Amino acid sequence: MAGTGTAHLRDSDDVLLRVENLVVEFPVGRTGLKVNAVSGISFDVIRGETLGLVGESGCGKSTTGRAIMQLPRPTSGSVRFEGNELTALSGDPMREARTRMQMIFQDPISSLNPRRKVRQVVMEPLNIWKRGSAQERSQKVDSILEQVGIDPQRAAESQAHQFSGGQCQRISIARSLVLDPSLIICDEPVSALDVSVQAQVLNLLEDLKKTYGLTLIFIAHDLAVVKNISDRVAVMYLGKLCEVAPSDDLYHHPMHHYTRVLLDSIPVPDPAVAVRKTAIEGEIPSPVAPPPGCRFNTRCPAAQDICRTQEPQLRELAAGHFVACHFPAETPVPNPR
Amino acid sequence: MSDLIQASSRDIAGPLLELTDVTTHFQTERGLVRAVDGVSFTLDRGKALGIVGESGSGKTILSRSIMGLLPPRGTVRGGSVRFEGREVGNLGRNEMRSVWGKEMAMIFQDPMTSLNPVMKIGKQIAEPLQIHLGMTKQNAWATAEKLLTDVRIPEAKRRLEQYPHEMSGGMRQRVMIAIALACGPTALFADEPTTALDVTVQAQILDLLGEQRRERNMSLVLVTHDLGVVAGHTDEIAVMYGGKLVEKAGTKRLFTHMKMPYTEALLQSIPKLEDPSHTRLHAIAGRPPDLVNPPKGCRFAARCAYATDQCVNEEPPLVAAADDPTHLYACWYPVGSPENDAAKERLAATPVSVGTAAGGN
Repeated sequence: MAGTGTAHLRDSDDVLLRVENLVVEFPVGRTGLKVNAVSGISFDVIRGETLGLVGESGCGKSTTGRAIMQLPRPTSGSVRFEGNELTALSGDPMREARTRMQMIFQDPISSLNPRRKVRQVVMEPLNIWKRGSAQERSQKVDSILEQVGIDPQRAAESQAHQFSGGQCQRISIARSLVLDPSLIICDEPVSALDVSVQAQVLNLLEDLKKTYGLTLIFIAHDLAVVKNISDRVAVMYLGKLCEVAPSDDLYHHPMHHYTRVLLDSIPVPDPAVAVRKTAIEGEIPSPVAPPPGCRFNTRCPAAQDICRTQEPQLRELAAGHFVACHFPAETPVPNPR
Repeated sequence: MSDLIQASSRDIAGPLLELTDVTTHFQTERGLVRAVDGVSFTLDRGKALGIVGESGSGKTILSRSIMGLLPPRGTVRGGSVRFEGREVGNLGRNEMRSVWGKEMAMIFQDPMTSLNPVMKIGKQIAEPLQIHLGMTKQNAWATAEKLLTDVRIPEAKRRLEQYPHEMSGGMRQRVMIAIALACGPTALFADEPTTALDVTVQAQILDLLGEQRRERNMSLVLVTHDLGVVAGHTDEIAVMYGGKLVEKAGTKRLFTHMKMPYTEALLQSIPKLEDPSHTRLHAIAGRPPDLVNPPKGCRFAARCAYATDQCVNEEPPLVAAADDPTHLYACWYPVGSPENDAAKERLAATPVSVGTAAGGN
């Protein structure tokens, strides 16, 4: 049940990104109220790893991705990336740091400038940063376009609307790669695509990750997709982390009740699997007035009095498997309601 | 007009819905778009049919063609749509008004834009009751409250006085369902009803639709791109590709004995929870056909791993499976045939790097 804590952070030279006690709040007009979008979460990503961030709309997963980029800056907390404290950077050093981390968005068509030729869109980061000679830039762009499966000739002649959604997402991926970033934050990159095209893009991301030695943060609401691409998965609920675990562990032994509900809610494409009775009632509470204690207590099947008053901390219940819950699913629950 | 429909009782024999060679083409600057191109099938009373396909497969246009909800300009319709034994495919909007709501109702993907933002929820439910069923205002509001309770909205009386923006996406979709159910339709069309919703709310809405269908003995047509959604909530599935019906069978049968390579590819491209992470996905190379100039043979041939010259040149007819006359498919070399098995062996013997960076869409 959505809690805080830093027990799951790793001490390693290989840590590329370390986020501690990240808080993002937005004011609600002039009411004095605020949206608690992200309320003190911590996680780290080591080089070459793919971290999946999963949760329902409003859980703060996209806000977390943007706060890492400092777009907008978090309300408080620390974001260390490649040894730099990003929250302390501004101006040119901040812009320079951003070239090392790139973002891919959900809607591939609207994230490309509609009036420019696609090859220009991909080349622009190189022009802004004046990387290499004109010829080197051309070669680099063409080679990356080839790698994502887009014909450079066609890219030089066409605008975004002349490509399909899947192709536009490939172009966005190409654009994110030209500055040789170490970290790519993918915010729901396949949820607007058809399932057949989604598989193409997921396979492409896996290939490019190997080729370029990339580290990925993969934000999505679809658990099956997140499981497929991630090494570790962090489950978010209403601005808090519920559970962090290696992805196969998380799916075989979900310990947080919310993770279980999420897994049970997925429709299985096999009629032989009986449809489970709706796993959970109600909907996610408003982040303007989150419930006290564990934020999941209003919908949790195992909630006790303590869950309504005391916030659970993340603790390690199996190797590398961290859960923020007073009564995790695999331990006995005292005096059930 | 409405007497005519009243006369067709819900107990008469024959299928509820019968489509024969339905075509819906749109005139555009690029030419004639063959969005739905000769679709025939029947749907029985009280059954749930899933229509599955990728974007651009014609699944939405097909359901709108049945409902008569198409833009009047530039639309060329053909074929026959019989509902309760009566031809509705050629009716105009004014004539359809007596059919909408009472006979067929529809819910859409986006519950925010389908509700009137400046009208109270109660009025939006009560109004069709007053118009279609001639209820008094008082009766209609009382019925509206009962409907909200039926779709599991707590504090129904208070909710009647609210506006759509005061409700969450899941609540709004429940209101849409309440409005669709208000006049007791014989068939409910749901076009991607849960695509805009979170996965936990999606499960609640699908349960609700199934429950209401059984209670009201209503037919349900569930249009979706998600094979997971239809697997647990339908009796039959129709698979569309490039404006054509390419396979139709009972839900269990379709998943265990699929004939069409497209259905097989669609199912294989879904990431599965039980597979270990980093399992390579079976992507379908390429993209759906251009419906202005559809290919002359099988429309899936260009993306099909088993396609031959015959597939490229000759269009396969929709035929019934030898062991199940209700299982229809359109393929020259269906999954399980000797030719298809041989092709599978050939493909397995020559490992191609499936889904490399290059290739298509």
